[in-house]
Amino acid sequence: MGSNKIYFYPIWLRIWHGFNALGIIVLIITGISMQASIESSLIAFNTAVNLHNVAGIIVSLSYLVFFFGNLFTKNGRYYLIKFSGFLKRPVKQAYYYAWGMFHGMSSPYPLSERRKFNPLQKYFYVIVMYMAVPLAILSGIALFFPELIIEKIFAFSGISITAVVHSAMGFFISIFLVIHLYVASIGKSPAENFKSIISGWHHV
Amino acid sequence: MWIGVWSLKAQSYENASQHQCLKCHSKTSYTYMNTVKGKEEHRLMNPYFVLDTVAMTSGVHKQFDCTDCHSSEYASYPHNGNLKLEPMNSCLDCHGGDESFASYHFERIEEEFKKSVHYKAYGDNFSCSKCHSQHTYMATARNSSSVKDIVDYSNKMCLSCHSDMKKYQLVSGHENPQLVKVHDWLPNQELHFKHVRCIECHTEVTDSLMVSHNILAKEQALKNCVECHSADSKLKASLYKYQNLQKRSEDGGLLSVLSNESYIIGTHQSPLLQLASIIIFLAVVAGIVIHSMFRIFKK
Repeated sequence: MGSNKIYFYPIWLRIWHGFNALGIIVLIITGISMQASIESSLIAFNTAVNLHNVAGIIVSLSYLVFFFGNLFTKNGRYYLIKFSGFLKRPVKQAYYYAWGMFHGMSSPYPLSERRKFNPLQKYFYVIVMYMAVPLAILSGIALFFPELIIEKIFAFSGISITAVVHSAMGFFISIFLVIHLYVASIGKSPAENFKSIISGWHHV
Repeated sequence: MWIGVWSLKAQSYENASQHQCLKCHSKTSYTYMNTVKGKEEHRLMNPYFVLDTVAMTSGVHKQFDCTDCHSSEYASYPHNGNLKLEPMNSCLDCHGGDESFASYHFERIEEEFKKSVHYKAYGDNFSCSKCHSQHTYMATARNSSSVKDIVDYSNKMCLSCHSDMKKYQLVSGHENPQLVKVHDWLPNQELHFKHVRCIECHTEVTDSLMVSHNILAKEQALKNCVECHSADSKLKASLYKYQNLQKRSEDGGLLSVLSNESYIIGTHQSPLLQLASIIIFLAVVAGIVIHSMFRIFKK
């Protein structure tokens, strides 16, 4: 074992991840500040709106890198979910995190060149990157151009529903980020995984 | 019962070509007999003296005839030049101190107006009719149930000068501001202009008066999104409060209350979602704290 290294994160992926990370952090901070209608001396409301718009465009563009990168390189296969053990696999991983890892159990799905994500991780990534982020981007574009939005959906204003979808996705992504950062600290050492996403090399 | 008397007296604007004044003042040109030259002459009408006879028939003063307010000497042509020096009735001359108009609060409106930037800039020359055309005015805000119509009617009053170089210069002495440009900072400008009255940001809203007449200087105008897009929105103090109350009394449904909050940003529109998001966030933080404790103490 020891110094077995795998080149997990190619350069395009690390660039995407960097832009995405910074963009999303800006989006969350400005988003919360707008949401709470806090007129703080730190970020003026106008500044928050402008920053949110710019960061939103950056994250949307970098999403294209992610999307097409996964479509045209081998990296995409890490996101494919197997039908067999659809529920059993992530539950087993969750059990490991909640109980096993404190009781001498070894990781049920050790990472290798064929497996970059454990099943639970994979599910979360797929939900975030192929559902939450696209929905946030689409609803964000719609709010940029509200004339695109259907005026009434039953008794509700279309703009209102779009705004709720947008902020709900924003909230979901924020929660994901918190968990993502925490779980990333469960490595060989707490800083190990953070080093990997910068250097590209993962110690197995 | 007054109306009864007036309507007997009033001439029909509907038949403008038969009306002694409107047969000229509803057209862009007119013909008269030049008795000095001894021939008929055809002339252009001053465009500001051309009246919209269709709008007049639905205006609040439709019962009146021209000479009820204008001098009866206008009946002859050419009009006596000195007539234009005669003082005209102001709105308060009829509407002030009259119990039947009490609900309109004309006196308070005047008080507020005297604090406004319009009065400060132009004094008594800025009459009510600069915004409320005495010929065609309709009490749209009181009578219409469509907020869109109310907004449109109200904003047209402002734009009649603020997007008209000549009329704006008459009062201000300088060129009119480029409205689209000065409102550049406003996101979704077109949408705001269509759905929000200018006065929503440009007046000091008072709860007890339906429309504030204290138009503020531009430096004092609202320029802060959260003043409207927040839980204690300024909009709730004005037209939208009125609409909200009206709507709720009409259908009484919960849905209408929810959709009335739609100008509030994000999940604040729904206190339920807000609560849920706080609970989820706290649960995640608690989970992480507990898990890290285990990682520290039970390696």
